[in-house]
Amino acid sequence: MTDGRGCSNGRVNSPPPDEGGAPVGRRLVLTMLGLGAAGVAAAPVLQRALENGLGAVADKDPTGLTGLLPNGGGFRYYSVTTSVPERTAADYRLTVDGMVDRPATYTLASLKALPQTRMVRDVQCVTGWRVPETPFEGVRLSALLDAAGVRPGAKAIRFTCFDGAYSESLTLDQARRPDVLVATRMQDKPLAHSHGGPVRLYVAPMYFYKSAKWLSGITVTDSVRPGYWEELGYDVDAWVGRSNGRDDAPTA
Amino acid sequence: MTSTPGWAVPTDGTTPLLPEHGPKVRRFTTAERWVHRTTAWLTLLCVATAAFLYVPQLAELVGRRHLVVTVHEWSGLLIPVPLLAGLVSRALRADLSRLNRFGPHDRQWLRAALRRDRTPGSRPAGKFNAGQKLYAGWIAGAVLVMLGTGLLMWFTGLAPLVWRTGATFVHDWLALAIGIVLAGHMAKALADPEARRGMRTGSVERPWARSEHPLWREPEE
Repeated sequence: MTDGRGCSNGRVNSPPPDEGGAPVGRRLVLTMLGLGAAGVAAAPVLQRALENGLGAVADKDPTGLTGLLPNGGGFRYYSVTTSVPERTAADYRLTVDGMVDRPATYTLASLKALPQTRMVRDVQCVTGWRVPETPFEGVRLSALLDAAGVRPGAKAIRFTCFDGAYSESLTLDQARRPDVLVATRMQDKPLAHSHGGPVRLYVAPMYFYKSAKWLSGITVTDSVRPGYWEELGYDVDAWVGRSNGRDDAPTA
Repeated sequence: MTSTPGWAVPTDGTTPLLPEHGPKVRRFTTAERWVHRTTAWLTLLCVATAAFLYVPQLAELVGRRHLVVTVHEWSGLLIPVPLLAGLVSRALRADLSRLNRFGPHDRQWLRAALRRDRTPGSRPAGKFNAGQKLYAGWIAGAVLVMLGTGLLMWFTGLAPLVWRTGATFVHDWLALAIGIVLAGHMAKALADPEARRGMRTGSVERPWARSEHPLWREPEE
């Protein structure tokens, strides 16, 4: 073909230089799929190794950037509303009402004046992250219920929050457990706004979505009313390791 | 056997295949540009919502977790759709085939890129250079892995818990890698206005095509 006729036919008829060769693109796609599947299978081992390595680095990391890496450890901020108003000791109020003999309203100071309980347990989120050995401190929920005088026939508690949207629920038996607190301190510091401060619920044996942030109302009811995430499919009885299809180690 | 410059197929990448004179060179059809545009917007939406779910400071800024999760899930699920729809276009299928195939000149291009060698003729490339080919294959595979692991996390009844935990692990780390690679992809585009013009208008200047893609043959209209 290349006989020197001086026209462009030779070029048009020869195999195009950029259309032959090995199918490297397809191999790359298949390699990625294989690596992805292998990653899913090997995740338990890899995750443990990374957590150990990253944990050690994160302890010495002044920038906090390691906290942004997957499995970097620490808490994640979840809010279901656009913005959450700030409440301070001056304007924070917690109401206890519903099927009780003595409805009450607490300020931050009056909550702190009651007997305090401090507990150190792991925190387990239903999305998978776990923060070990986190101290919470506050008033036992059972103490507030006893002070209000729960009426016969009451079966459950509904919790509401000053973010305006979040709600939670517990049965009366669950609410009376000694490891359920109305918490005002976390990690031995006053509860920060981003952690649900000044006051949040703390339900030690359950997934962390039960521990409603920005707690503002405790209402005793005659039946369980599912909370925000529970309306969207999460389990109402959210025992760590025995609900939501998960098998995490229990936290209490 | 005689050889006329610019006529026999060059293998050293020094003699461009495109004639020196003529109108602008058509690089992408309208269908291809729309596939790129919609894929790009879906990807940006998916990456942005991922950041707002994942980075605590950003999560605190927007909240509304249920809405952000929904947008993230649907934008991610839709990312492959424009490309699949575009498969009806013959030009797009031809370009996919070009991206798939690696010739000897692609190896030469990669070696030069690794050496940071920019001397003229050191990086022979057809319509797509070896870097673009590697990016296309990698990101296609990565998107499929993100789709698979994402679906495992979305539909929790699909697989046992240990798979779901593994899927979360792969999804998180691959997201980080994809973020870095996408930043590189956009940085390359920002650094080359003529390449961007090609994707925006469909045509590129002839001198650019001859120097950046010497082995690119003029498309037959």
